[in-house]
Amino acid sequence: MSDRGLKQLSIATLLVLAAGVALAVFRAPIDEFGFVQKIFYIHVPLAIVALAGFIAAGIEGYRHLMTDDPRHDANSYVFIHISVVYGAATLITGMIWAKAAWGHYWVWDEPSLVSFLIVFLLYATYYPFRYAIEDRDRQARYASIFAITAGLFVPLNFMAVRMAENLVHPRVFATAEGGLPGSMLFPFLVCLAGLALLYVTLVKLELLGKRTAGRVARLSAEARAAGDGDDAPRAGVSTGSRIAPKMESR
Amino acid sequence: MNSSRRAFTAVVAKDLRTELRTLRSLPAMVLFAVTAFIIFRFGLDRTVLSGSMAAGVLWVTLLFAAILGINRVFLPEREEGGFDAFRLAPVDRSVLFAAKAVVLFLYLGAVELVVVPVFAGFFLDSWAGLPPLLAVLAGANLGLAAIGTLISSMAVNSRARDLLVPLLLLPLSVPLMIAATSATAKLLDAAGPDYTRFGTWLLVLALYDGIFWLVGYSTFEYLLED
Repeated sequence: MSDRGLKQLSIATLLVLAAGVALAVFRAPIDEFGFVQKIFYIHVPLAIVALAGFIAAGIEGYRHLMTDDPRHDANSYVFIHISVVYGAATLITGMIWAKAAWGHYWVWDEPSLVSFLIVFLLYATYYPFRYAIEDRDRQARYASIFAITAGLFVPLNFMAVRMAENLVHPRVFATAEGGLPGSMLFPFLVCLAGLALLYVTLVKLELLGKRTAGRVARLSAEARAAGDGDDAPRAGVSTGSRIAPKMESR
Repeated sequence: MNSSRRAFTAVVAKDLRTELRTLRSLPAMVLFAVTAFIIFRFGLDRTVLSGSMAAGVLWVTLLFAAILGINRVFLPEREEGGFDAFRLAPVDRSVLFAAKAVVLFLYLGAVELVVVPVFAGFFLDSWAGLPPLLAVLAGANLGLAAIGTLISSMAVNSRARDLLVPLLLLPLSVPLMIAATSATAKLLDAAGPDYTRFGTWLLVLALYDGIFWLVGYSTFEYLLED
């Protein structure tokens, strides 16, 4: 992903998100759960975008293995990073909704909550796993395999958890998702678009930050080499970024 | 093709022979499982288990015993240069995955051969559920062997080896454990084995096994590269 058009993208994100929130708050009807039901317009898009990001990370991991291009590894890393942040937000908003709708912050009989928590915990191990490997190239390769394995795990896990549930509990979300009336669907879609745009903006920002940090580290190494009369810049001085060492040189 | 098969049998035979001579993994796994049963007996304060309680105790113990074995699958290769030797050999790298996963599968089966009868003797009133349990054990072992080999090969080259294996294995094995415990709970019911949805859970196990054997087999060459 390139970082061109970041400013325009940020403005578009802000506008769409503001429109989505305004539509959800003022236009959408209030159902039997009252105002707290509005969290639905943030919670469900957050979950959808987070899962899509995990799957995109798996695809980027696959492309990294195929091409050995560190940019794909950086993309995979940043996708997982932002998706984990989105996942934490999904869990928190989901718990607020559960407290309002069912009276408990955590409901073990609700497969959506449980399966999402398992996926979140798995991706939370990405960081200790990745940084436990010292060699940079090996780290990138192993992280890609993790991204592919975990990406395939996501649908399998949802299926297994859903099957373990006997479906005796009322499926509040199923009825809501099954037949969203037009007055709810439009604000929902705008919120989804807004949060997806926010995701892309955050991904681009983080990639830009990593690339800049890498460039700064390389330039300062060159300056030091020129000043001290060192023969060559030492390898592995990019202290700014812990991933994708060769990213800035492409 | 022929050289792959020869390499495969050579690695499997080597691993089994070293295990039989040194007994590094199997006795520890069995001992761990039997001790865990005793802890469960006092922790739960029950002498007879059935249904989901029996399934939970059995599978938690087997999973944790499997972690002990998984930690050591690639340890000799790293310490004694097996990886370098394999890299030099003109054979397909995925062969090593298949061989190690088969070895791990055999280890798990050998441990269960001792541990499951002990469990039945300790906690079960009726042994009628044990023969069909074999299918569940086989399905879960295949899956554990695949992800265990994959995780072990990644963890062995990192600093936090002993920490990473359980950290990665536990969330990855959740679907496997859901299917295995759900099927086992019905089999060990106090009223006798009950086969509702037994086939469905076996299918879930088979799906899981298929996916992770494929992932392991196809990505393994990137793990061995250096």
